[in-house]
Amino acid sequence: MVKDALIQAGMNIGWATFIDLLLGVIVAASFGMVWVLLGIWIERKWAGRFQNRIGPNRVGPYGSIQSVADALKLLTKEVIIPRNADRPVYFLAPVLVVASVILIAAVIPFSPVVIGTDLSIGILYVMAVSSIGAIGIMMAGWGSNNKYALLGAFRVVAQLISYEVPTVLSAMIPVMIAGTLSMQGLVHGQHVWFIVSAPVAAVLFFIASQAELGRAPFDLLEAESELVAGFNIEYSGMAFAMFYLAEFMHSFFVAILFSVLFLGGWRGPGAEQIPFLGIVYLFIKSILVYFVSVWLRLTVPRVRIDQLLNLNWKFLVPLAMIYVIFMAFVLKIAPVPDLSGAQAIAAGPYEGVASGIYRLLGPDFVATLPQAGVLLLANVLFVVVAAAVLREVSRRRRMRVEDLVDETDYSGAGGAGGYTPADHSETAAAR
Amino acid sequence: MFEDFLPIFVLIGISTALTAFVLVMSRLFGPFRPNKRKLMPYESGMDPIGPAIRRIPVKFYLVAVSFIVFDIEVIFFLPWAVVYRQMGLYALAVMGLFTFILLVGYIYEWKRGGLEWE
Repeated sequence: MVKDALIQAGMNIGWATFIDLLLGVIVAASFGMVWVLLGIWIERKWAGRFQNRIGPNRVGPYGSIQSVADALKLLTKEVIIPRNADRPVYFLAPVLVVASVILIAAVIPFSPVVIGTDLSIGILYVMAVSSIGAIGIMMAGWGSNNKYALLGAFRVVAQLISYEVPTVLSAMIPVMIAGTLSMQGLVHGQHVWFIVSAPVAAVLFFIASQAELGRAPFDLLEAESELVAGFNIEYSGMAFAMFYLAEFMHSFFVAILFSVLFLGGWRGPGAEQIPFLGIVYLFIKSILVYFVSVWLRLTVPRVRIDQLLNLNWKFLVPLAMIYVIFMAFVLKIAPVPDLSGAQAIAAGPYEGVASGIYRLLGPDFVATLPQAGVLLLANVLFVVVAAAVLREVSRRRRMRVEDLVDETDYSGAGGAGGYTPADHSETAAAR
Repeated sequence: MFEDFLPIFVLIGISTALTAFVLVMSRLFGPFRPNKRKLMPYESGMDPIGPAIRRIPVKFYLVAVSFIVFDIEVIFFLPWAVVYRQMGLYALAVMGLFTFILLVGYIYEWKRGGLEWE
């Protein structure tokens, strides 16, 4: 639109294209920054309500410009560079972390026309770019010359890269159904939301992406109570704010990504005609997803590192792998939606109930329903079987533990109190 | 092709410049009064003991190696997933075989204790 206007005004085509592109990119980049100021306030308000507090309420109406005040305060704080810190690495780390998050914004389809650039490898690009953040966090931990920071960085290696596997595997289901990697293509392919066709993939993606964010209950890389602040312990002032900003933007972008992959992105009544409606729909969906993730964050206690890695390597990864093959099989036997046929019925000359339904709900939606139904049934079946297998495995494990317990002789300990080996030997000796 | 990626290069420039700008601004607006105590590495208020940089424990490498195996697998999966709808049952059979081989290796790794975190 801007491009055409500039060419109309007599500008060189090359420059017009460049300015058009620059504008789109600046909008994409600044969207994240502006949203952060509002979003941090929203999240703090939610957190307050969850914990039976009021939350920020001093600066501005209902404390709504609290984040601006915080940002200004952080700007006037000293950036301390600890002794022996590796300066280039120390200062490059926040730059890398923020850049890796902002780069995600380039391919988010806000509406049918508003998108930074619709890459043909969109979702792969998102995965690739967001994993650069792990390098940034590793650099922060390594460059700070601090033991806590380094421990936090070690955990990053274990956590962030581990959870990338189930994230990508579960994102592959939408790719398989839509048959494209492009973000707009994924939205256009969702005549029925993929959360209906592949709920297991949606749950897997949600869990794995929360872990990749490094937010509670998976916030091991900055576990306050054991590592003080983890990798960003030596960062102060604006340098710290950069990490905070990156984490916050990332968590909202993941919510947007979830909406794009599983909740139909900008799709909704009238979104194709009025692009602005698409942005509104995407925001509503993303805020709902984001609310769930904040809810989770404020409710669930932090997991231990071994539990975290076991959950990933012994549960999510095999489950996701088998699930991909299973879904591929089901997709082959599920009825292929006849889109052109449905269009013909909806536009057809004859009036009737069928034609009316097709027109009311949208021909693509109705045509895709049988496929989505079969996939949903298959998913239910998958969950039932997986739950049965899990129950059997845990029953066996419990039995093994009980066997171990039986071999130990408690009879001498006596009383209902706690059993300790020292107690046991003493009473045995006394007898 | 290249034009598709042009916005991303511009975005790399903008985001890097923005962060660098913010850091420089904070240096301009903020105070800068370093002293010996302030610059000491934080160690819960104690004087730091020994060097902070140490080698990464081996078990983290083990996780990294497992990750590389599965990440490469994912890279094979992605192009397959894109064209899967157009391909016949052959695609499913081949990918099933591939996943089966991978699962055998995965089970081997599990049984050998490669996934344990002591």
